[in-house]
Amino acid sequence: MITMQHVRKTYKVSKRDAGFTSAFKALFHKEYEYIHALDDVSFTINDGEMVGYIGPNGAGKSSTIKILSGILTPDTGTCLVNGLIPWKNRIEYVKNIGVVFGQRTQLWWDVPILDSFELLKEIYRIDHLAYRRNLEQLSDMLHLSDLLKTPARQLSLGQRMRCEIAASLLHGPQLLFLDEPTIGLDAVSKLAVRDFILQLNSEKKTTVILTTHDMQDIEALTNRIILIGKGAILLDGSLEEIKSGFNSAEEALAGFYRSHNL
Amino acid sequence: MRKYIAFFRLRFSMGLQYRTAALAGILTQFVWAGMEILMFRAFYRTDASSFPMTFQATCAYVWMQQAFLTLFMAWMMENEIFDSIVNGNISYELCRPINIYNMWFSRSLANRLSKAVLRCMPILLVAALLPAPYGLMLPANPQAFLLFLLTLFIGVGVTVAFCMLVYMLSFFTISPAGIRMVAVSVVEFLSGATIPLPFFPEKIRAFLELLPFASMQNVPLRIYSGDLSGNAMGRALFLQFFWLFALIGIGRLLDFIAMKKITIQGG
Repeated sequence: MITMQHVRKTYKVSKRDAGFTSAFKALFHKEYEYIHALDDVSFTINDGEMVGYIGPNGAGKSSTIKILSGILTPDTGTCLVNGLIPWKNRIEYVKNIGVVFGQRTQLWWDVPILDSFELLKEIYRIDHLAYRRNLEQLSDMLHLSDLLKTPARQLSLGQRMRCEIAASLLHGPQLLFLDEPTIGLDAVSKLAVRDFILQLNSEKKTTVILTTHDMQDIEALTNRIILIGKGAILLDGSLEEIKSGFNSAEEALAGFYRSHNL
Repeated sequence: MRKYIAFFRLRFSMGLQYRTAALAGILTQFVWAGMEILMFRAFYRTDASSFPMTFQATCAYVWMQQAFLTLFMAWMMENEIFDSIVNGNISYELCRPINIYNMWFSRSLANRLSKAVLRCMPILLVAALLPAPYGLMLPANPQAFLLFLLTLFIGVGVTVAFCMLVYMLSFFTISPAGIRMVAVSVVEFLSGATIPLPFFPEKIRAFLELLPFASMQNVPLRIYSGDLSGNAMGRALFLQFFWLFALIGIGRLLDFIAMKKITIQGG
């Protein structure tokens, strides 16, 4: 179970006007602005749930994911994930979670995918049998068998993303964070990734938290959405709640953003 | 420990596949060693007695330096590590149950060793076949050879530990380029990579030998060429151990502070 209560996070961002004069001034006197990335965020997510975490760019989605994955410490507020505080004792905590950042890569560029996987096996101390079993299952579900001996640099984005997802699940975490997992993927790969996430959630009861800008992801995958804007939660419920009167989820969301000045 | 060995293994096997780079490196190192030896030859012909090392010892120093170049060159830092700090790919590393310092240490060590393994043999072989005094002579005795191997490994450790400081400092700056350039130049000059340390004026040399840079290639190369022995060698060995532990200590401290800081600033 995940509970987040009254979490706040402020970033200090340096600011200056364009041009040489202000650049010179900034050498001696820097001006900062404080951005409230998260402003009193609270929610609870139960085991086995699949939640879409959506919002416009800069709304605080990634900050939330970073806090939940133990990389970022909030300024105030509490957060408990399966009884642990993510940012306290990071190394102990991250053993039990899987994270996929759609815009980054965790695979070693110049070596076959399997080498990256074997390294993860050692890092997470997965025992040999469990590793074999997980790998077999994952490569079955994500159709990886032809890809495993290829270096990451020679895979297409869709192929690589499937491998990235498998890499994050080798240790069989009960909790999976997906940060824009379908970004830049073609239709076939998107569908494959969606099918896989659904299957994972229904068969293994893995709790999934997913951020995305693709409303079709949301419609296909989640019943519950948490909508965040300017650091505050604006909606915690189902997509249907904002959909009435609009033709598509996309338009509904855009309408919602506009009505909230996001 | 096993996970860091796994890191070492993967980086090592990855390093072994860059064959063209190794070939190019070997050629460069031959040409470089040749030029350096010719230069020293010109100096020695003017007045050999005014040099602190014999010509033969200097040649051995140069050949060994070129053969094991990748072990000691400070510029041989890993761009992937800098990139991951600057562009945030480090998020992935932080989501794993591993210590960043240990992971990068084993990775850097593997990177240097794998490159050296590919390159040292041809150079050593050819240098050994060259006629005296231009070639590579055998060490004075088996004992000196063993000490050479021992100090070689500690020297690599000191070099990697120093590079780790540069990686760790990158957490605190927007761009690592500045620190990196200064660090590389300082190491190059003060470690005996440009000219061996004995060639420096007496007082400066005495001071330089206390610095961590003297504990890198200076000690093993001079032990091999027979220039360092007896009490001076014992002292050098002690300093090597001292700097190895000191640099690792400082690096781990920086790691500790950086981990707190990035959890404050965001990845």
